[in-house]
Amino acid sequence: MTTKKDTKRHDGRKANDLRPMEAKLGVVPNASGSAMFKIGKTIAVAAVRGPRKLHPKFLQDPERGKLRCFYNMVSFSGSGDRVRPGPSRRTKEINLVMENALAPTLNLDNYPGCGIDVYVNLIQTDAGTRCAAITAAAMALAEAGFEMKDMVAAVAAGSVNGQVVADLDKTEEDVEDAVDIPIAMMPNENKITLLQLDGKIKKEALKEAIELAKDACKQINEVQRKAIVEKYEVK
Amino acid sequence: MAKIIKEHIHELLSKGLRQDGRGLLEYRKNISVEYGISPKSAEGSARVKIGETEVVAGVKMGIGVPYPDQLDKGTIMVGVELSPIAGDRFESGPPSVESIEIARVVDRGIRESGALDFKKLCIKEGEMVWQVFLDIYPINDDGNLMDACSLAALAAMKDTKLPEFDKKTGLVNYEKKTKDSLPLSDEPLELTVYKINNEFLLDASIEEEKNMDSRLTVAFLKDGTICALQKGGNKEISAEDVVSMLDIANDNVKYLRKAL
Repeated sequence: MTTKKDTKRHDGRKANDLRPMEAKLGVVPNASGSAMFKIGKTIAVAAVRGPRKLHPKFLQDPERGKLRCFYNMVSFSGSGDRVRPGPSRRTKEINLVMENALAPTLNLDNYPGCGIDVYVNLIQTDAGTRCAAITAAAMALAEAGFEMKDMVAAVAAGSVNGQVVADLDKTEEDVEDAVDIPIAMMPNENKITLLQLDGKIKKEALKEAIELAKDACKQINEVQRKAIVEKYEVK
Repeated sequence: MAKIIKEHIHELLSKGLRQDGRGLLEYRKNISVEYGISPKSAEGSARVKIGETEVVAGVKMGIGVPYPDQLDKGTIMVGVELSPIAGDRFESGPPSVESIEIARVVDRGIRESGALDFKKLCIKEGEMVWQVFLDIYPINDDGNLMDACSLAALAAMKDTKLPEFDKKTGLVNYEKKTKDSLPLSDEPLELTVYKINNEFLLDASIEEEKNMDSRLTVAFLKDGTICALQKGGNKEISAEDVVSMLDIANDNVKYLRKAL
């Protein structure tokens, strides 16, 4: 697989260009913390509930808190058909990988017996939804005031028509032989907390995609940081 | 108790040792694949044993309507049922997150590899396609179910012969199998590398799985092309870790392939 670095993408972006982003904290005032993250046409709204006593009781861990994520594509958010509400196998897997992506940054030992629940609604989607959900969730956790080792920012890197690119949209994801690689990173620690891949790729291209994602996550983190500063800056 | 085991595992690993005496990157020796374990009823089936870990998988073929966005393609559905038969920690009831993850990762390895030619599973565009129902049942969990399930899935698909299908009536005659196999052009197979306390290891035991920091499951085609990845576990890894884990997986997947 050769990498065509300078080929323009269908929407005119360069390989490492992300779609326009917006981020805002406190969008759900009665939650412990909340945030909106928008990348291109994908919009995620996250709210944190807790830490609170976890019920039913058998779910409680006496030694540490339990982070639970609830990813939810609202019924009108898909391209094409109405999304059937309720948890699918896909949703349950995304919940799991989101928990794994966010847990490394939290000190769950501080909340024995408690549940920290992160609810994310996708209002509109154009690919990269689990990544947008993680990015929004991390900001919501920050607003909730949790002790965090680092932020978490996520992006879908991949390869489209043999070109390694960052932040695929739906058009690119649907291209025959496109490779989708959702990656979440702790941008300052430079550590990966989510890594999945769908599609055929050679090792060298994969390494290139990870490097691209590192850089993309730093850019996304900059947007996260600005949103947090904006909320708490004394004017 | 759990703490003592964890410390014990860490201590052993730091010396390059494991509880059962294997080396860190040493897969269990006794791997077996048995084909056609349910030849009367299933279109394809297999039993995989990796040490004491045992998994059975079977394929049933059905006829159905294609997905609206893939009118000329057949479908596949992979299921994994972790029932109490396989171990104390499993409960009956709706599929657990763990079983969904295994099923979806195995599914992804097959689907994204392009090894199964879904177009050849189309009978009449937009109306009638073959559906592949691939169900995997762990019988005894002694660690590393992910790899065992992937191996069993591939073996069951390789064992599959399509049943006779009458185009006019639209009925399948399950009594009669044809000579046609599934349109498999390659053999996607997954291998998992576990990371515990900064050491990499393969083919984890139950205790090692419980105490892992993270794992990376990699699906490979025969020529070494990567076709799916899944990071598991709730600890972070570095990009260098990923590269090392890919290399370890690539070096060892051949060993697992030999069992087929």
